[in-house]
Amino acid sequence: MSTFLGLPGLRRSTGTGSTATGAGAGTGTAGGAVADEPFGPVPHPQEPLRWGDAFPAAAKQTLANDQLRRNLGHATQVIRTKRAAVVGEVPDWEALRDAGSGVKEQVMAHLPELLEQLERNVTARGGVVHWARDAAEANRIVADIAKAKGADEVVKVKSMATQEIGLNEALAEEGIAAVETDLAELIVQLADDMPSHILVPAIHRNRTEIRDIFLARMGDAPPDLSDVPRELAMAARAHLRRKFLSAKVAVSGANFAVADTGTLAVVESEGNGRMCLTLPETLVTVMGIEKLVPTFDDLEVFLQLLPRSSTGERMNPYTSMWTGVTPGDGPAEFHLVLLDNGRTDVLADEVGRSALHCIRCSACLNVCPVYERVGGHAYGSVYPGPIGAILTPQLTASSGGVSGHGDPNASLPYASTLCGACYEVCPVKIDIPSILVDLRAREVDADRSRSGIDPWAAAMKAASWVMADGDRFALAGRAATLGRGLGGRDHAISVAPPPASAWTRSRDLPAPPAQTFRQWWRDEHTDPAAGPAATPKEQR
Amino acid sequence: MSARDDVLNRVRAALGQPGAGTTPAGKVGTAPAAVEVPRAYRPAGEHAPGSPEVLEQLVDRLVDYKAHVHEVSADTLPATVAALLGELTDGVRVVVPSGLDDAWLAALPAGAEVVRDSREQPQTAAQLDAVDAVVTAARVAISETGTIVLDGEPDQGRRAISLVPDVHLCVVRADQVTQTVPEAVRLLGGHPERPLTWISGPSATSDIELDRVEGVHGPRTLHVLLLASG
Amino acid sequence: MRIALAATCLADTLFPGAPRATARLLERLGHEVVFPAGQACCGQMHVNTGYFREAVPVIRNHVETFAPVADGEWDAVVLPSGSCTGSVRHQQAMVCRRAGLDELAATAEAVSDKTYELSELLVDVLGVTDVGAWFGHRVTYHPTCHSLRMLHVGDKPLRLLQAVEDIDLVELPEAESCCGFGGTFALKNADTSAAMLADKTAHVRETGATVLTAGDMSCLMHIGGGLSRQSAGVRALHLAEVLASTREEPTPLPATTFTRPERHDRTEAAR
Repeated sequence: MSTFLGLPGLRRSTGTGSTATGAGAGTGTAGGAVADEPFGPVPHPQEPLRWGDAFPAAAKQTLANDQLRRNLGHATQVIRTKRAAVVGEVPDWEALRDAGSGVKEQVMAHLPELLEQLERNVTARGGVVHWARDAAEANRIVADIAKAKGADEVVKVKSMATQEIGLNEALAEEGIAAVETDLAELIVQLADDMPSHILVPAIHRNRTEIRDIFLARMGDAPPDLSDVPRELAMAARAHLRRKFLSAKVAVSGANFAVADTGTLAVVESEGNGRMCLTLPETLVTVMGIEKLVPTFDDLEVFLQLLPRSSTGERMNPYTSMWTGVTPGDGPAEFHLVLLDNGRTDVLADEVGRSALHCIRCSACLNVCPVYERVGGHAYGSVYPGPIGAILTPQLTASSGGVSGHGDPNASLPYASTLCGACYEVCPVKIDIPSILVDLRAREVDADRSRSGIDPWAAAMKAASWVMADGDRFALAGRAATLGRGLGGRDHAISVAPPPASAWTRSRDLPAPPAQTFRQWWRDEHTDPAAGPAATPKEQR
Repeated sequence: MSARDDVLNRVRAALGQPGAGTTPAGKVGTAPAAVEVPRAYRPAGEHAPGSPEVLEQLVDRLVDYKAHVHEVSADTLPATVAALLGELTDGVRVVVPSGLDDAWLAALPAGAEVVRDSREQPQTAAQLDAVDAVVTAARVAISETGTIVLDGEPDQGRRAISLVPDVHLCVVRADQVTQTVPEAVRLLGGHPERPLTWISGPSATSDIELDRVEGVHGPRTLHVLLLASG
Repeated sequence: MRIALAATCLADTLFPGAPRATARLLERLGHEVVFPAGQACCGQMHVNTGYFREAVPVIRNHVETFAPVADGEWDAVVLPSGSCTGSVRHQQAMVCRRAGLDELAATAEAVSDKTYELSELLVDVLGVTDVGAWFGHRVTYHPTCHSLRMLHVGDKPLRLLQAVEDIDLVELPEAESCCGFGGTFALKNADTSAAMLADKTAHVRETGATVLTAGDMSCLMHIGGGLSRQSAGVRALHLAEVLASTREEPTPLPATTFTRPERHDRTEAAR
């Protein structure tokens, strides 16, 4: 059987192995389709958290993909409706959000003690705990375990942490094939694509595209495969069954780790997670250090918040919990890799640290009007959408990230209209709009020390001077009314010089009125009896 | 310095603890304010475990996610098990955990083969792949979410046996059905070290256009046998 | 009540019809409106673009101009803009504190406590939903993100509109979706903004409405700018312009998208 599963490194034939750190720019999101991209343009990043183009340019490319926009529009609409329905039936939803947010704050405040407690409890139950400063270190740990077990293939449960560190590519360089077993991850892997959503990495593909990918790349796909989702799911079942039953080593992420018991939890739907967590002799779980909860009872909060927020289900089909090793039941060997990879830099930020509260439900992606239009690839990171826009720059802070002049990740905090839909649905109440604004301020401040003229900074400084005083503002307003000749007979400006040209490409700008409001008001209130508004200075 | 000490030091630096150095980006953070976690959510439902309201809700939620529900008594349970297995295939092979109540299997059809599994004498994955169905008990169920939880005790068995076979018959006693997630978590917290499997309907995926399709890698058919109390 | 009007920098300069209508409406309801002329801008643009330092003098001017409301000189400040009210309520004090200006932050909070978006002022403070308006046109309402999700005005604007005599109020499909303005987002991410705008204007046109209304001139400038470019024949009127309209003094439909009142428009100003 020939499949591309054995060649996950294909995408990065020029990769160097240090996939997640370093400031080297990626090769950028692909433009038009090329010969080796039979399923449309796909990104070819060097770094999982920094793909290349800044957001505006990347978005311009993805916006041009009509199929993508239709697929996303449909999928996000479906999931938004489902989520709203199942959240609506929980009478204490807001109280659960408050508790979820509070527990995560508590975790961050006590992280050192909780991590040590988790380590003790996992170890006491027969697990082995490893610590990784960065992606390369985590990848090395996993590769060494797989090699020690003589495995040239590992089965994988969908995991953002392993996406973030580029584990599959790192294992490929060691001659170990990583087989993604989540249906959407499988689709992405077979298409040599990148994920575009935290929960549904192939959300940008519709059923017909998926059928085509399976037929071309799955090897054992039935030749008469249709595009009915059930048939596609059955093809994946048949394809992966043998791998599940024979795998020696599995790699997973974790949704939660309970400090006071050492229990790990993985939330999933298809049963591929259970297969990986149960059947192989050795299990390696890679987990960000922020995924802790203090007590087992805290799960009662998150197991209500997560499923309803992510897949829009009252409960996901399967949740597995395990504590170390249970002799005779499941893997005989369990390794837990605790990953930093930029998280401590996020934690050090008083405002931005709440990004670490994220439980990866992806509700913020599904409601985001920007994400819905541009899709995940435009964010240039395995973490797309609103949460990605605050997490990616902060995770890459040590190599530029938010404050790096010209770093593509510094464009991410601007990839939002601040409409607030993300905050409203976030199950742990991460105030994403406020963090976006704060990150913008950091980028602006970092740029202050640089020489050269930034037209934005100059404009903002000038506007600040004008807008800090009623008299100056009145003068500016009067000057503006003199510009009303710019408008045509319909009082609309349709062509303007930069930067206003960015506006007038798709919108008219109304010509200034004959009179500003304050001019009119003054004319109307010239009678001294009209009160305190008569002259500006009287109000000071 | 070991990776462990390094990471822990970075965490301490991020939280503004003195003497811990800085984070990789050279930052020293501030100590977060102490927080009291607000827990105004419902610790339990308004209906008692096993009450008619809770049972009705469990059935509704299970059916909604395409599980099959059979309300049985101790007297009718064996025949229901037999009938469900009998309709699968002639000479059906069924795996059961070693601690399963033998009475449940008392009416099996002729030719049915029962494979017993335990931690001490486990079936291999390949052997399990060759059986048609599994019968287990459960630890607790949650009506609001349509969830059944297995905790690996002898009447529920190793995790693999309720995973590899394509049909799962799960017997849930009425008095095991709680209304809310917190009630179940508190009960399970008595033995958090046990391997837990939370099951809400048959395996499913929403990965294609967010359309839910039941039946992927886990059992494609879930029968819940709801056993009346007494 | 004595109500201080914060006109917003945008409406003062580009859309005077909105604050004029706000004053006219409140005066019709029997309240005294004052316009503190020292006002300029709330600072939202600077804050949202990350220029906190440049925002400080702008915020200081706003806070000091409206500080008398905290001392009871006026009963309330009305801000006919959801996003500016949101900035006053959720950003001004934060930016002041960040700059080490705790005293200014405290004053900002005191002013913010008495600052209301127009529909909040009418429904919550003045206790009216029927403002006695008449407006005989087909209207659709866009609930603007900040009114909806930062201020949680809920259905207050719709209740006000529903009480308008002879109005033909039609629901806007996917009303709660952002129009794509986002302040400088419209320039920094012009392509994405335009894609969002295209969907919004399509939904507005689907309704067959003659008038699009909202509680925020910035969103209206954006959607209206798109409708104008498309020659869609839909006018963009601020909520205040609809509510200020009466049988005796109807708000005229502008010839083009936006109200462009002439100087000394005595008909409108008459009271």
